[in-house]
Amino acid sequence: MARYIAKRLALLIVIILFVSVAAFFLVHLLPGDPATTILGPNATAQNVATINKELGLNKPLWQQYFIWMGHVLQGNLGQSFTTHQTTTSIIAESFPIDVELIIFSQIIAFAIAFPMAMHAARRPNKLFDQASNGTTFAMLALPPFVIAPVLVLIFAVHWHVFPGPASYVPLTQNFWSNIHTMLLPSIVLALGSIVVYFRLLRNDLISTLQEDFITMARSKGLSDRRIMWRHALRPSSISMLASAGVTISTLIAGTFVVELLLQMPGLGYQLVSSVNQDDYTVVQGITLVVAIAIVLINFIFDFLFTIVDPRIARE
Amino acid sequence: MSSVALTEPTNEAFADLKEELVADAATEATKKKLGVLFWICAVWILLVAALAITASLLPLHDPTIGNYNWPQNGGPSSTNWLGTDDLYRDILSRLIYGARVSLIVGFGGALIGLALGGIPAMLSAYRRGRVDTILNTGSYIFLAFPALVALIAIVSFWKPTNVWKITLIIGIFGAPLIFRIVRAATLSYATRDFVLAAKALGASDSRILAREILPNIMPTIISFSLIAVATIIVLEGTLAFLGLSVSPPTPSWGNMLYEGSQLLVGAKGQTNVWLVIFPATAMFSLLFSLNVVADKLRAYFDVTEIKL
Repeated sequence: MARYIAKRLALLIVIILFVSVAAFFLVHLLPGDPATTILGPNATAQNVATINKELGLNKPLWQQYFIWMGHVLQGNLGQSFTTHQTTTSIIAESFPIDVELIIFSQIIAFAIAFPMAMHAARRPNKLFDQASNGTTFAMLALPPFVIAPVLVLIFAVHWHVFPGPASYVPLTQNFWSNIHTMLLPSIVLALGSIVVYFRLLRNDLISTLQEDFITMARSKGLSDRRIMWRHALRPSSISMLASAGVTISTLIAGTFVVELLLQMPGLGYQLVSSVNQDDYTVVQGITLVVAIAIVLINFIFDFLFTIVDPRIARE
Repeated sequence: MSSVALTEPTNEAFADLKEELVADAATEATKKKLGVLFWICAVWILLVAALAITASLLPLHDPTIGNYNWPQNGGPSSTNWLGTDDLYRDILSRLIYGARVSLIVGFGGALIGLALGGIPAMLSAYRRGRVDTILNTGSYIFLAFPALVALIAIVSFWKPTNVWKITLIIGIFGAPLIFRIVRAATLSYATRDFVLAAKALGASDSRILAREILPNIMPTIISFSLIAVATIIVLEGTLAFLGLSVSPPTPSWGNMLYEGSQLLVGAKGQTNVWLVIFPATAMFSLLFSLNVVADKLRAYFDVTEIKL
């Protein structure tokens, strides 16, 4: 167990180093230099020289990387060229929105996928199973950027069930209106997770329910409900849990889409608007933070995994 | 006499067995049908591709320049079958031209991924050794890197964006995933007896890879590649929705949906339901068809789940 975690931890550190190098060099490997990008039409030779000196861009690249990393480790990710806000404060303001969206959507997804899969697996290939199987297969072809505008069209524009765009209220300001604005984007994000969780859990439950120990439990006269909850669920939820880490990291793409659509000032919204303003330090900072967050989430799920099924760590 | 007595029943038994086998094969064949849905979806993909390829030959309106005699944000009519957008452009012709972007990026990206990931994967899984260990670990690390975030960062600095750049970047990002799939598939055949037999006969490595292993892993590669195409189309659509794919006025389904939803959220004080519904339907039908075709092919070729 300890060896397994040590191995994963070593890989984690390698990946984070790799991510930091990539986030840093990305800007430098690509054609065009940051100074002209920042200055735009004001890029005279003198202005470029000033900016280069100000940002330390006249030093060798490897030196720049270590200077940058030194700042990053002290929590300094530079500041925006347009608003002069520090990147750290931009991230601190917007990150909670993403976290809230992800938590809500996962609560919704698990609340729906679990009962659905358990009900479907009880009678495989019967009506409910086939219907939910078909529906979720079709929903695999509905990424957030397709389903989000359609749901906004139906629920916010036509029926006014949910507030429209640009109505985000921070959690600290008004709890209930915050929840109200968060519901529609969370449902959009939950749909994708429900599909994955349902399909994995259903398949695994069906194969678990055919195992000998379930037959044994049945012959002991245990109720179906007890067999499902106490005997079948845990060994069947492993591949679903394994996918949760990956699903949450792909959700980041989804949160970007709904944030942009509903104009919620989360990380995705900030990232896209800094991309459009060529605000490269902010892009660099957000890229780094999001990438590390995703890597950490995957690591945590790998760890959770070993709790559900200790055999994995022993391999 | 005794030899007849011995052979006759054996022959009979053999005939029985053969009959049984044939019957088995027949039931297998009836079980293994691609089905109507498969053909509908395959035809739909081909139709979309044919329309996209021949778009400039078809009697379509200009996809990039509007006609001010048409209504703004108009609904379906006899001139504009699927309506017009906020810049008086025909939605149908924009959809057909937009299909080009999705298809080029999807299939082109998958091909680049196959070339960059698939060929090294076959070699590395066949030869094993240190190169295989390095490539394998490398692909793990690369896959841990969130593709969308990296794509956004690259696209934002490598301007101007066009279809080919997007295809290339997504193809490179898809390579590690394809590497893993092809490697796993090759591994499951690399130590089989027929490969050993070919080796014993003195066949060269390239001959073994091309003639013995490749035909066997082809079904896996084809069905997973179609899934890869669908995934890449989603990635491009997401980028387009964030305004980071091909630049306007070039139409793509993602940027049409973006424009539609910008109107929806009242950015310009107008709404256009059609500019949301039609691109969304187009995207859904193409992705659904790709998923169905890949899924049915996998079942048809009986691709067993490979440990990735």
